[in-house]
Amino acid sequence: MMTGSISPEVLERHGLTREEYGRIVSALKREPTLTELGIFSVMWSEHCSYKSSRVHLKTLPTTGPRVLQGPGENAGAVDIGDGLAAVFKIESHNHPSFIEPYQGAATGVGGIIRDIFTMGARPIALLNSLRFGPLDDPLVRRTFAGVVAGIAGYGNSIGIPTVGGEVAFDETYAGNPLVNVFCLGIASHDEIIKGIASGVGNPVYYVGAKTGRDGIHGATMASAEFDDKSAEKRPAVQVGDPFMEKLLLEACLEVMKTDALVGIQDMGAAGLTCSTCEMGSRGGAGVDIDVSLVPQRETGMTPYEIMLSESQERMLMVVKRGREAEVERIFEKWDLHAVRVGEVTTDGKLRVRNHGEVVAEIPNTALTDDAPVYRRPMAEPAYIKEAQQLSLDSLGKPATAAEVFRRLLASPTIASKRWVYRQYDHMVRTNTVVLPGMGAGVVRIKGSRRALAMSVDGNGRFVYLDPYLGAQLAVAEAARNVACAGAVPIGGTNCLNFGNPERPEIMWQFARAVEGIGAACRALDIPITGGNVSLYNETDGRGVLPTPVLGVVGVIDDAERVVRRAFRNVGDAIVLLGETHAELGGSEYLKVMYQLVRGTPPALDLQREGALHRILIEAAASGLIKSAQDCSEGGLGIALAECCIGTGFGLEAEVPAAAAPTAFVDHATLFSESASRAIVSVAPEHEAALLSLAERVGVPAQRIGAVRGDRVRIAIEGRTVVDEPLAAIERTWGTAIERYLEPAKAIA
Amino acid sequence: MKFAVVVFPGSNCDHDAHYAAEQVLGQQAEYIWHKETSLKGADVVILPGGFAHGDYLRTGAIARFSPVMEEVRRFASAGGPVLGICNGFQVLLEAGLLPGAMLRNRSLKYQCEHVIVKVEQTDTPFTNACRPGQLLRIPIAHGEGNYYAEPDMVAQLERRRQIVFRYTSAEGTATDASNPNGSVANIAGLCNEQRNVVGLMPHPERACELALGSADGLIMFESAVRFVADGARRDYSGTAAAR
Repeated sequence: MMTGSISPEVLERHGLTREEYGRIVSALKREPTLTELGIFSVMWSEHCSYKSSRVHLKTLPTTGPRVLQGPGENAGAVDIGDGLAAVFKIESHNHPSFIEPYQGAATGVGGIIRDIFTMGARPIALLNSLRFGPLDDPLVRRTFAGVVAGIAGYGNSIGIPTVGGEVAFDETYAGNPLVNVFCLGIASHDEIIKGIASGVGNPVYYVGAKTGRDGIHGATMASAEFDDKSAEKRPAVQVGDPFMEKLLLEACLEVMKTDALVGIQDMGAAGLTCSTCEMGSRGGAGVDIDVSLVPQRETGMTPYEIMLSESQERMLMVVKRGREAEVERIFEKWDLHAVRVGEVTTDGKLRVRNHGEVVAEIPNTALTDDAPVYRRPMAEPAYIKEAQQLSLDSLGKPATAAEVFRRLLASPTIASKRWVYRQYDHMVRTNTVVLPGMGAGVVRIKGSRRALAMSVDGNGRFVYLDPYLGAQLAVAEAARNVACAGAVPIGGTNCLNFGNPERPEIMWQFARAVEGIGAACRALDIPITGGNVSLYNETDGRGVLPTPVLGVVGVIDDAERVVRRAFRNVGDAIVLLGETHAELGGSEYLKVMYQLVRGTPPALDLQREGALHRILIEAAASGLIKSAQDCSEGGLGIALAECCIGTGFGLEAEVPAAAAPTAFVDHATLFSESASRAIVSVAPEHEAALLSLAERVGVPAQRIGAVRGDRVRIAIEGRTVVDEPLAAIERTWGTAIERYLEPAKAIA
Repeated sequence: MKFAVVVFPGSNCDHDAHYAAEQVLGQQAEYIWHKETSLKGADVVILPGGFAHGDYLRTGAIARFSPVMEEVRRFASAGGPVLGICNGFQVLLEAGLLPGAMLRNRSLKYQCEHVIVKVEQTDTPFTNACRPGQLLRIPIAHGEGNYYAEPDMVAQLERRRQIVFRYTSAEGTATDASNPNGSVANIAGLCNEQRNVVGLMPHPERACELALGSADGLIMFESAVRFVADGARRDYSGTAAAR
């Protein structure tokens, strides 16, 4: 089988197995050329082919009355009323961000933005979900600061606001940060454009930045583990040019208004290769291009290099024959040059020429639909049964609740992310009605009364301890955050960050997590319209916590009814929706106080979760509640404090005790991360109406206190267990991250 | 009356300024592409925020060569009201229509947040509806907003009352703590000697509706409307006959 010029070493460098090579030979009915081998290697990489994950992803719910575009396109789309669609997707840029934090993160932002405007939508909001190691590690601080600066550098320049997100810290991410970026755009239903090539003889255009040698084999790199040689892969990370992308964005949206386009796709991972064969495959057509026509930044580039380059800010378009001049004129206005590089053919093949001579000829479907699909072996990891055991009594004498409260407020995962979001332009486009740091991001839709709420959430510890339940909790939390703003969750996207799928225990985590996402999305009626899988998140054989991140989008019919986290008036009643159980498994409490990741994650009743969302949505629409806040990391104690931050108001609360061993009652009550809870505030005259609404829907609810004074005072069974001045809370919570990054300033 | 919003490649607050003028204020507004050579009969010109030409050189350094700037210059020298917001302010500095220069923020980071600015001068086209000393809560969003001028120049700006906005505390005092970027003398915005060209780093167009957290910026647009209405509609183009 291994004949010709393709040696085992060459195969290994391309990340292809002998079996895969055999499939290539039978698809082509001959030996591939080196260019063809390169094309196969990137299209069959995990990153592009989803070969390990596809069988599992197929089980996710992807349809619904609002779904206009499900998975398989550049991004998903859901109907938001008024003839408009929300087009959104989340994508990872983990591997590049570790190797080169600024550019890795920046180009991640650039890539997801292209996916959105490629669909004909104007991008209006960005979110990101980030994971790093502990901030006391200088290398982590460098990565963290670099990633944040990279996201800021790209998003700010292009003028798309970063309106929210999440940042969490754990040792397992120290050598492999997670950088997941979400983008949402708005399009009219009839403006949605697809990545399709059709119409024999229609010209294929290349537009945007010139092609260089950067990023060759980026997709292959993203499909391998890290080791101490990773730094040598730096040339495989691309450099972003947000100005070029801004021009492309405006020019493409202008061209799309003309109806002269058949289809368009960005050149992201696997560059020209991926865009040509995917567009051809979707349209059932062939694409014939000549790489010598591709604008090049460097001299002497081979067809192999041109096809595999991942230079940023490039698009491929199929234009209706006869409309070329119109399209070219618009790009010229923006000082961009649309170059005709080929045309659509009937034979279903990707044909690559160099000065006319054919250098690769491959059936498009061999690269896309017929790429290998693996049902990889799975096995429940040995650690799970042991890790799920948690005996609070064995932890010894606990600290006081007040001490834990202060420690948790200062935990970077819980503390204010102002240091981060202050670097992001979160207000450009003048739609941001809820500023970052307040739960879901909310943007109004100009030209309509509506607003969209969006949240990205995940909890790697929960998924580590129980992938099925942990993934469900991620869906529930993202949807709950959206519902807290008063929005009906209408669609989701996921970014699945896991380790090496060739290890059966990782594959098991992955499969169970996908099952959990599917079950939760079905129960909460949230179709998944697309997303991204990032595997091989390992360094030196050590995997990150399995971290599925869910992005959920919700719609609010009246933007003026958006509900925020912060309390609004002294004297308002504080009501806890849902119940607190003694559920410290996988909590931030155990991690911060005992450096433990143990126990089982909080139980989740999806029916009750859905009922909670209905109350929040109904109470927001009717103006019944004044504020709403999800209870998650840090539990009830932290959530109560967060409702006061920035308001100048304190609170007095008496919270019902959770059933836990005596020494841990206070901790279980305040810091358990029980699901399906929210804290709302309500004018005293509306308290009864809220409680009866909760009863009708079947969610436990009770008044636990009132907005009052300038201290956070929480009692359990008549004992005051937390009594802190708001100013001290704000200082601790507000400066925790700055203290690591700018110690001199934070002290001053 | 009509606002012209100049669009440089890389402008990204052009839509916001247009929306504030047209949708919030109810006035006419028109985009003017940077390659155009006419302001199309506009009464007020806005150079919006963003990253003109990517700002890979100095901010605003390339935008000043755009063809439309010749017309903006002519409009300004004829007394027409010109407002530069953020990157637009940086362009006005580079174009020499306002004195001084921008350095990177002293934090060396991009900063996006609400700040308080005090209106120090009310005899400009963009502050005439303000009370003297009025405090406005308006967002900033920039990486290079650390205004610098030589001490002699700052003294001259003070003497000629060209400092229109200063960063202050909530009580209206220009303290170091209330200075978000290190600008000399807490300068947030200034005008030219003729007082018709105004530039500022904060974004009034982002603070025109309570739904966005503040409507304090609207008064600057209202001032412009009043200025034009009071001024009996002068023709600032200097090329009226040609049109």
